[in-house]
Amino acid sequence: MASNEEILAGLAEIVNEETGLAPEAVELDKSFTDDLDIDSISMMTIVVNAEEKFGVRIPDEEVKNLKTVGDAVDYIAKAQA
Amino acid sequence: MPRKVVITGLGATTPIGGDVPTMWKNSLKGVSGAHTLEDDWVAEFDLPVTFACRATNRPDEILTRVEAKRMDPSTQFAVVAAREAWKDSGIEEIDHDRLAVAFATGIGGVWTLLDAWDTLRAKGPRRVLPMTVPMLMPNGPAAAVSMDLGARAGAHTPVSACASGTEALALGIELIRSGKADVVMTGGAEAAIHPMPIASFAAMQALSRRNDDPEHASRPYDLDRDGFVMGEGAGALVLEAEEHALARGARIYAELAGSGVTADAYHITAPDPEGLGATRALKAAMFDARVQPEDVVHVNAHATSTPVGDKPEYTAMRAAFGAHVDNVAVSATKSQTGHLLGASGAVESVMTVLAIYERQLPVTINLDNQDPEIPLDVVTSARTLPAGDIVALNNSFGFGGHNAVVVFRNV
Repeated sequence: MASNEEILAGLAEIVNEETGLAPEAVELDKSFTDDLDIDSISMMTIVVNAEEKFGVRIPDEEVKNLKTVGDAVDYIAKAQA
Repeated sequence: MPRKVVITGLGATTPIGGDVPTMWKNSLKGVSGAHTLEDDWVAEFDLPVTFACRATNRPDEILTRVEAKRMDPSTQFAVVAAREAWKDSGIEEIDHDRLAVAFATGIGGVWTLLDAWDTLRAKGPRRVLPMTVPMLMPNGPAAAVSMDLGARAGAHTPVSACASGTEALALGIELIRSGKADVVMTGGAEAAIHPMPIASFAAMQALSRRNDDPEHASRPYDLDRDGFVMGEGAGALVLEAEEHALARGARIYAELAGSGVTADAYHITAPDPEGLGATRALKAAMFDARVQPEDVVHVNAHATSTPVGDKPEYTAMRAAFGAHVDNVAVSATKSQTGHLLGASGAVESVMTVLAIYERQLPVTINLDNQDPEIPLDVVTSARTLPAGDIVALNNSFGFGGHNAVVVFRNV
């Protein structure tokens, strides 16, 4: 079970690996598309890597609802609960 | 008169050097790029061939991590070579709608394709990377180079096995002559040193088995040649309409005067034993370039070091040049680089252009006992080209019966 801070840090690591963005740029209120400039293909790679890292399943139809980094952190935290 | 096409930029990443100056210096000296493969999969599959010519510089260490992640190794090589050629051309401002790409590959993203297949089998479809298809497609190198340069006048991928790189130059000429582009980034890239292609080429008896002596395995025209040696890397050449190059005061290496592309329509892998398709390509190229056989001083031959391939090329040259073939200095640079498949025509064209520009010839190594049935004047030690007007050719032939020849002339 990871805390929200741990999920954020893990997600930042995945985003950095995929896009090269500095981990500290990955903040809760940042939009994946508008702020972090992450396209749909990168987003799918991030989602699949997050599933593996946190041991959760994020269905494809949920991905469009994960607009901000915070949305993703909340979803992963709930899925782990 | 058609528009004249000139070469204004060169790039290369090869088994004998990760850039043009290093490759060129080594090619004049004569070094072997062949080494025993250190990869675990060689023993894992007990491959019958255990060596190859690896590129000296890993492209994923040159590109940024994020760039490399989204590119198959073949595309990585293409981008590295194209960036060097672009920088070398000195072009700073350009109408991007007049800039095209013709960048070839023989096999395409074989590493990506087979890695994804392994992932699918081991972990299921969810783990297959969404970028798999754009990374494995053979137009990947051309597309990546087009995006990198902002080339919007079309991005093309001639695919004709080991003739691909030279066909890219032939296509580049047409794009400029027809007025569709003023500048074309041409080249070829290959990254197929993977156990599957090695197993397949070995199964057809195309590869040298000199496992205990890799450096002497690629030996075109030698009596003891027993197959080609796999190579990898990329070559890139900036083609430019002459008036465009002159207007910006560019350094011009040579003119790309013409090309000849034909098909054997004979056998899927074996060359026509009489070299008829190659002869027609040579004649067509000289006709297109408006040169006579007597003008030709140098040929960078296809010469892969296979028992069946080297001789028909000689037969074709004798048929196309006549008695003048005895006066032509021939370099078989695959003796050094191995066979870069779809990149070979581009890398060898870079060497041919430099031979004209520097008036020096790359050497052929490992020629200890020249096959008496191939009495060519093979360049085995440092040699210079004469002053005055000279013409040099680069030959490339590919599985499928593809023949491509390009003609370069001094300016």
